Amino acid sequence: MSDITQLTSPLLSNRPAISIINGHVIDPANQVDKKVNIHLQHGKIVALGDAPENFVAQRVIDASEQIICPGLIDLRFHLRESGYETKGSIASETKAAAAGGVTALCCPPDTDPIIDNPAMVKLIRLKAETEGAAKIYTLSALTQQLKGEKLSEMRKLKDAGCVGTSNALHPVKSTLVMRRALEYAASHDITVFIQAFDPWLSDGCAHEGAVSTRLGLAGIPISAETIAIARDLQLIELTGAKAHFCQLSSAKAVQLIHQAQEDGLPVTADVTAHHLHLTEMDIGYFDSNCHVIPPLRTQRDQDALRRGLKSGVISNIVSDHQPHGSDAKLAPFAETEAGISGVETLLPLALKMIDDQVMPLSDVIARLTSQPAETLGLKEGTLSIGSDADICIFDPEAYWVVDREKFLSQGQNTPFHSWELKGKVNYTFKSGEMVFSSQ
Amino acid sequence: MISKNIQLDEQGRLKHFLSIEGFKRQHLVNILDAAEPFANVHEQAVKKVPILRGKTIVNLFFEASTRTRTTFELASKRLSADVLNININTSATSKGESLLDMLHNLEAMHCDMFIVRHNQSGAAHLIAQHVSPHISVINAGDGCHSHPSQAMLDMFTIRRHKKEFADLTVVIVGDILHSRVARSQIHALNTLGVTEVRVVGPKTLIPTQIKTLGVHVYHDMQTALVGADVIIMLRLQKERMQGALLPSEDEYYHQYGLTEQKLSYAKPDAIVMHPGPINRGVEIASSIADGPQSVILEQVTNGIAIRMAVMSQTLGRSSGGNS
Repeated sequence: MSDITQLTSPLLSNRPAISIINGHVIDPANQVDKKVNIHLQHGKIVALGDAPENFVAQRVIDASEQIICPGLIDLRFHLRESGYETKGSIASETKAAAAGGVTALCCPPDTDPIIDNPAMVKLIRLKAETEGAAKIYTLSALTQQLKGEKLSEMRKLKDAGCVGTSNALHPVKSTLVMRRALEYAASHDITVFIQAFDPWLSDGCAHEGAVSTRLGLAGIPISAETIAIARDLQLIELTGAKAHFCQLSSAKAVQLIHQAQEDGLPVTADVTAHHLHLTEMDIGYFDSNCHVIPPLRTQRDQDALRRGLKSGVISNIVSDHQPHGSDAKLAPFAETEAGISGVETLLPLALKMIDDQVMPLSDVIARLTSQPAETLGLKEGTLSIGSDADICIFDPEAYWVVDREKFLSQGQNTPFHSWELKGKVNYTFKSGEMVFSSQ
Repeated sequence: MISKNIQLDEQGRLKHFLSIEGFKRQHLVNILDAAEPFANVHEQAVKKVPILRGKTIVNLFFEASTRTRTTFELASKRLSADVLNININTSATSKGESLLDMLHNLEAMHCDMFIVRHNQSGAAHLIAQHVSPHISVINAGDGCHSHPSQAMLDMFTIRRHKKEFADLTVVIVGDILHSRVARSQIHALNTLGVTEVRVVGPKTLIPTQIKTLGVHVYHDMQTALVGADVIIMLRLQKERMQGALLPSEDEYYHQYGLTEQKLSYAKPDAIVMHPGPINRGVEIASSIADGPQSVILEQVTNGIAIRMAVMSQTLGRSSGGNS
C-alpha cells in the first residue's frame, strides 16, 4: 500500500483547520457523551474542548442542536465497481455513503473480477483514494473465484489490505473445504465473514411463511439460515477461527449466535437496517423493493433481531447497500434482483431504534462506529486525539421524507420511499475533508 | 409497500381481475350473477351479444394453454370484441424489461384489455401496475399465485349444483404447493362462506403455512373425504417426480388418486371437479372422470360464461352486468 500512502500524505497536509463548536459529541469508544468543541487539522483530530495553542481555524462550523460522532462504518456495502458500473460506480456510491454519514465501508469480494488477488485490492483502494468520498476496505475471497474449492491466497490479500475474508453469497458447500478455510484463516488471524445459508434450502425469493404461501412465491425456510450457522459454529469451535456472521434474519439465528458467544466462541454478528424495520408482510402485493437476501421474515424474528441488537449479541448495523438500475426491479418478483440501495437511510433507520426500543443514542452510534471498527480491526470509529478526522454531524430531531429521486446513489431501489424518518446528516468529513454538506 | 387494491377503481368497480384476494363476497356474487344470463347465450341461434363491440382484447400468453386461452377467446368473441392472440415463449423473454417493453408496444396499438398468463407469480400484478390507465388486465394464471377466473368458474359450477355455499364441505386434493388454482379456490370458497375447506396431499406438496389461508390440512385421503360435498382434484405435473417431491406416479395414485372406493367416503351426491387437463390414472380414475358425479366438462362450458361476465364487468363498466 506504500503507493497509496504516498498519494495521500501530501493531500492531508492541505486539509484546512476546522473547529466544530456547540455540538454534542458522542464517541462511544472513549465514552464521551457531552457538549464539547472539536478541532481538526491536517486531516486529524487535534483537540477536544479548547483549541490547541497556535491553532487558527480556517473554518468554524456551528453544530448547535446537533450530534457529532465518528463517521459511520458500514460493514457491508456492495460496490458495483468493478464489473457492474451501470448499477453504481465507486464515485457515485461513496458520494451516497458520505450523504449517509458513512466515512468507511467494507465491500464483499463478489465484484467482477472477484477480489481474490492483490492487484484487485490495490486497484479498488487506489480508485477509492482518487475518486472516493469514503474510505473503502475490502474482504478477500475465501476461496478462489468464490467456487468453494481451493483456498484463496488470503494471507497475501491481507497484506495487500483486505480486512477479512468471505465467500460472500456463495456458501462453501463442502464442510471439508470450509474447515480448511477456517483453519487457514485462523493461522493468519484473519476474520472470516460468513453469509450463512444452506444452498439447497435457499432456492426461493421470500421467507417461507404466510406471505410466500399466499403469493405463491418459492420460500426460503428459517432452517436454511440456522443449518448453515449451526454447521459453521461447529467448525469454528473445531478450528478456533474468528468469525463474523453477516445479516442475521431470524430469531433462531440470534439464539444460536448468543449461545455461541456464551460458550466463548469468537463470533460476532450484524443485522441490516431494513431487517430491523420490515417483515414479510411488507411485500404486500409483490413489492420487489422488498426482495432481499436473506429474506424479510416475521414480526417475531424482527423483534428478536432488535432485542439481539440491544443486548449486544448483534454488534453492528449495516446497510447491505445494493444499488440496482430501475430495470432490475421491474419484473415478476422472483425474477427481480435482490437488494436495497440502503446507505442513505442507514443512520435514520438505526436511530429509530431509540424511539422503538429504548436503546440509548450512544449504543446506536456504537453499533455504527466503534463496534464495526472492532469487527474489522480498524483504528477508525473513534474521535480520539490523533485519529483520522472521520466525522458525521447530524441533527437527531430533524424529520425528512425519503425521496428516492434525490438519492445520490445510482440505485433508487428502496422500500422506504416516502417514509418520514428522523435524523438528518448535515456534514460528513473524511480525513478532515468535507465530503458532504446538506447546505 | 403496495397495499392498495388496484383491482377496483375509485368508484369501487372492477378495474382489473388479478386475484380473488381483495374482493368481498358481494363482488364475487355479482360476477356469478352476471354469468348466469351468459351461460345460456350458446343456446341462442345468434351466440353473440354486443357488449364489447369495438373493443380490442389481447390474449397475452407467456405460458402454453389450450383450455383457458380458447375459452377467453370464445368469451371475447361472444361479447363481440376483437381478439388478438399472442403466444410468447417465456424463455425468449424471461426478463421483466422485455415484458414491459412488449406491453408498451401493445398499448401503442390501442388495445383495451390484456388477458395475461405467465409462469411467474406476480406477473399480472406487475403488468396492471404499469399499463396505461384505460387498460384492464385479467389474470389468466400467474406462477403459483392466482388463477381467479378458474376459481370463479368453479364457484359457478358449484352454485349450479349445490345452491348454498354455507353448508358445504369442499376438499381440494393434490399438489397445493404449485397450484394457483387451489390458492384462488381457497380464497373464493372462504369468501363465499363455505363450512369447511380441506386440503389433502403429502407434506411435500402442501405449503407449510397453508393454514393461514383458512383451510384444514389432511394427509390421509380417506379421512379428508368423509362428508365431502365437493371434491376438487388437482392436476399432478409429471415434473414433480423430480426433486424428491414424490416417489412415483403409482404410489401417488394409490394414496391420492380418486377411485370409486375412495369416492364412496364422500357424500353420495358429492360432485367431482378438475381444472384440467386430466391425467387419467394418475390423479383420477377414468370411470370417475367420465362418471355421473363428474362435472368436469360443465366446468369448461361455464368457463366461457364466467369469462364473459368478468370481461364485461371490467371493460363494459357502464353497460356491463353490474347488478
